[in-house]
Amino acid sequence: MAIPVTTTGLPEPTAGVGAARHRSALNRITKAVRTNRKATIGVVLMAIFIIVALFPGLFAHQDPNTATTQVLAGPSAAHWLGTDNLGRDVYAQVIDGTRNVLILALAVGFLTTVLAMLIGVAAAYLGGLWDSVLNFVTDVLLVIPIFPLLIIIAAYLPNAGNNVLILVLTFTGWSYTARQLRSQAQSIRNRDFLLAARVRGERPIYIIVVEILPTMTSLLLASFLNNALYAVLAGSGLQFIGLGNANNVSWGTTLYWAQQNNALGSGLYAWAIVPGACIALLGAAFAFINYAFDEIGNPALRPLTAAKARKAAEASTKRRLAGHGARAR
Amino acid sequence: MTELQIRPGPQNAGPGQEPLLRVDRMSRHFNIGNPLSRQTLHAVDEVSFTVGEREIVAIVGESGSGKTTVARLLAKLYKTTSGEAYFEGKPLSAIRSRREKLRYSALVPMVFQDPFSSINPVFRVSHGVMRALKLHRPELTSDQRLTEAARVFDAVGLIPGAEVLERYPHELSGGQRQRVGFAQALAMRPKLILADEPVSMLDVSIRIGLLNVMAKLRDEEGVSILYITHDLASARYVSDRLIVMYAGHIVETGPAEEVLSSPRHPYTQLLLSAAPDPKAELNVAAETDRGEPPKVINPTPGCRFRSRCPLAIEVCQSVTPELSELAPGHAAACHVAKSGAEVKAF
Amino acid sequence: MAHALADDQYGLASPLRPGPVLEIRDLSVEYVLESGIVGAVEKVSFDVAPGEFLAIVGESGCGKSTLLFGIAQLLNPPAEISGGSVAFHGRNLVQLTERELAAVRWKDMSVVMQSAMNALNPVQSVGAQFRDAMRAHGTKSKAEIHQRSVEVLKMVGIDPVHLKSYPHQLSGGMRQRSMIAMAMLFTPELIIMDEPTSALDVVAQRSLMAQIKDLQQEYHFAVIFVTHDMSLVRHFSDRLMVMYAGQVSEVGPTQQLFEHPHHPYTAGLMDAFPSIRGPRTELTGIPGSPPDLARPPAGCRFAPRCPKVMPRCETTPPPDYEVEGTSVRCFLYDGDGGSQ
Repeated sequence: MAIPVTTTGLPEPTAGVGAARHRSALNRITKAVRTNRKATIGVVLMAIFIIVALFPGLFAHQDPNTATTQVLAGPSAAHWLGTDNLGRDVYAQVIDGTRNVLILALAVGFLTTVLAMLIGVAAAYLGGLWDSVLNFVTDVLLVIPIFPLLIIIAAYLPNAGNNVLILVLTFTGWSYTARQLRSQAQSIRNRDFLLAARVRGERPIYIIVVEILPTMTSLLLASFLNNALYAVLAGSGLQFIGLGNANNVSWGTTLYWAQQNNALGSGLYAWAIVPGACIALLGAAFAFINYAFDEIGNPALRPLTAAKARKAAEASTKRRLAGHGARAR
Repeated sequence: MTELQIRPGPQNAGPGQEPLLRVDRMSRHFNIGNPLSRQTLHAVDEVSFTVGEREIVAIVGESGSGKTTVARLLAKLYKTTSGEAYFEGKPLSAIRSRREKLRYSALVPMVFQDPFSSINPVFRVSHGVMRALKLHRPELTSDQRLTEAARVFDAVGLIPGAEVLERYPHELSGGQRQRVGFAQALAMRPKLILADEPVSMLDVSIRIGLLNVMAKLRDEEGVSILYITHDLASARYVSDRLIVMYAGHIVETGPAEEVLSSPRHPYTQLLLSAAPDPKAELNVAAETDRGEPPKVINPTPGCRFRSRCPLAIEVCQSVTPELSELAPGHAAACHVAKSGAEVKAF
Repeated sequence: MAHALADDQYGLASPLRPGPVLEIRDLSVEYVLESGIVGAVEKVSFDVAPGEFLAIVGESGCGKSTLLFGIAQLLNPPAEISGGSVAFHGRNLVQLTERELAAVRWKDMSVVMQSAMNALNPVQSVGAQFRDAMRAHGTKSKAEIHQRSVEVLKMVGIDPVHLKSYPHQLSGGMRQRSMIAMAMLFTPELIIMDEPTSALDVVAQRSLMAQIKDLQQEYHFAVIFVTHDMSLVRHFSDRLMVMYAGQVSEVGPTQQLFEHPHHPYTAGLMDAFPSIRGPRTELTGIPGSPPDLARPPAGCRFAPRCPKVMPRCETTPPPDYEVEGTSVRCFLYDGDGGSQ
């Protein structure tokens, strides 16, 4: 005798819910970026830098490496930010340097995240001996102070071009992120859907890549942005103290030459400050985007400014007084 | 209201014929504590039972009774410490190659308890079913896979299947998500589904829908189900046979109706008296029992229920009782019951 | 001596105040979200008499826990009380300041949460938490605190030696009972419980329910008990209130509701419980899902799933009707014009 199986009568999507479901992910992100102030600032800044990096010719018409006779000059109509000790146009240097810095940031961000992902998530999922070994390696690198390590390595590799810098920064940067990703992976390791995948017959590598990683996208994105920020600051820092290839055009190296020639003391403020300001702005752009995604993803983090709080209180009092029956006073 | 037919026992109960699943003195122990003071938790001890074709067998017990561990042992998530389970006559420990493992996971899939964590929230609900089909039924083309996925969704009551497949887990209710779990299992053309408390986290009024799905799977798709639960009422509603576990041991087994109408083991009687039943009078007996099931660590021989049992006699303290048949198909592990004395504990 | 002192302060040496302990009138709770306002509880009204055991029953999302938090003034943004009153012996709690509320809390009204592991501080011993609760409400003497703590533990059947235990050292049942002991510290007139047995096994559940009933009969406090499992409260509650989609669909004496459920939803719920000892029959439960409270239906909220739906149910929200001592929100009981 068949027992009747009731169909579940799916909830009808009302206009609002249905429309929301069909709005594409891209639209949602665009709306989120537009409404969140931090996201807007961050994205706009980043866009500016990216455009400059891609099309430097649009912004600077002089070759940054051409030496002129106008040495150590202040800002002028011909040279908007003045010239350096070899007569090279500082403005052109800053524009041209953008590309190198951005490549450094994005490459290091990407590579550290991938490396941290492979090691951290594998350690968490495989557990046991694998976990112990990988953890040990991670911890060793974590414990060593990064900047001194960077300096020592860079000192052995004089004139480190961009590629070497990328490798060095990746090597020293992955361990922190690996720790974070491992913790996150551990917390979801025993979630039933992973057990379900295992019982279904999936292999461990599939489970890690297809089932676990997509649930960690926000953390991976945050790691990428964090590491990119680290690369901008640490990389420029290394170049500034002279461990990079001083002939590369980059903000850090420009600052190095500024420092060597006592730009600040000589009144050549543009040369001394502008590259540093760019470093700060790019770093801020990464940080803003990072915070913004955090807030978009987790409404609890959204700031409750005094104005918003007041508005909310007013609105709720209005509602309460407007027609919910007489209250006992 | 029509009466449910009392179904006969397992379809292939012929003597000498190998049942679908035969568990033989299976145990699972866990090492807890630090390596210096070795303590062993006996989650499951010497458990033996069978499951036939087209039948639903319920394993009932409180938390800590070992019922979930039994399910995980059968799903091959753990290795047995001792003893063996035989599926279609072949021992589980002999399943080594990738091909054999895949075949087993298709024939014996598992449905989980928590509707909120048993489906990956990042993908559409079609993801699990499609993967299951890809892995276990490679002969299907991708169109055929889609058709089959829609078919199993329809079979569990998610209608129209083709449309529900496109939804995300957060768009479905708890009951609907659990149905997705059953659909995934069904897609693999299983012989035995291990259902680990599939309705415990659902609202009571939604449970009936799922229980009806389980009965339907047994009747129309010919699937057997091992239904793990702590709820006697749902076990009675849907299962043919009942196994009662306490502290890692099986204390009573038999046809569901019979075990519930004439329980032979004091613990079964305690469970019955404590279970809330809106359609029956209040049974006061269980209120006096304040005991808790023991954590079985480095146990000594003897009945594990003895500290809570009003009928405990001397032999209960020193000899672990074995399951012995007291009526056809109905067995209990109790010295007092075995001696023929009437057991009326609670 | 000390014992007499305890009696005066904690025992009910003073007679119970007459009149209902709690009068709820048109209480509404809303969630203020960016996407709009969701009405979780809509104009709920009921009374609680002294010493009464009232059970509030409903599926997930019906608003019963939100209602409870609203009564106890424990709502956090974005949830807020958008209308109505909660009068404790005439005083409207909704309008009291935090300081005034503190005087009422625990002394007159206490709360037992769903999961002791979530409500108890895991790094403090049970005794320390009792001590904190007592100090927060004015008791200063160490001796008094200790004596009362021992008393309440004994009341719930826990050996007082466990005052020194940490929550994780106690079993689930003991933890829940120590939560109840904590709620009893000042022998309040009303104890509100939010599914206190849901994390327990069936035997521990039964024992806890019996314990609560015993205590209630001895100390005469009123209980509001929220649960999704009706069969649990069948033999313990005086009155039963069934909630659906933020509204009260039926409320009346427990026995009445079980034997003659009036509202189709209540009847459907009764039918969704398989019985252990009764006849073994086919059940169908209630097909469908509760409505989206962001856009509630125009008429009766249960109409889409109701087996007895009539045309006007879909357009007009039904009022409450009094039938045989029960209040039912259903047009079926409209004296003039509704079909019976």
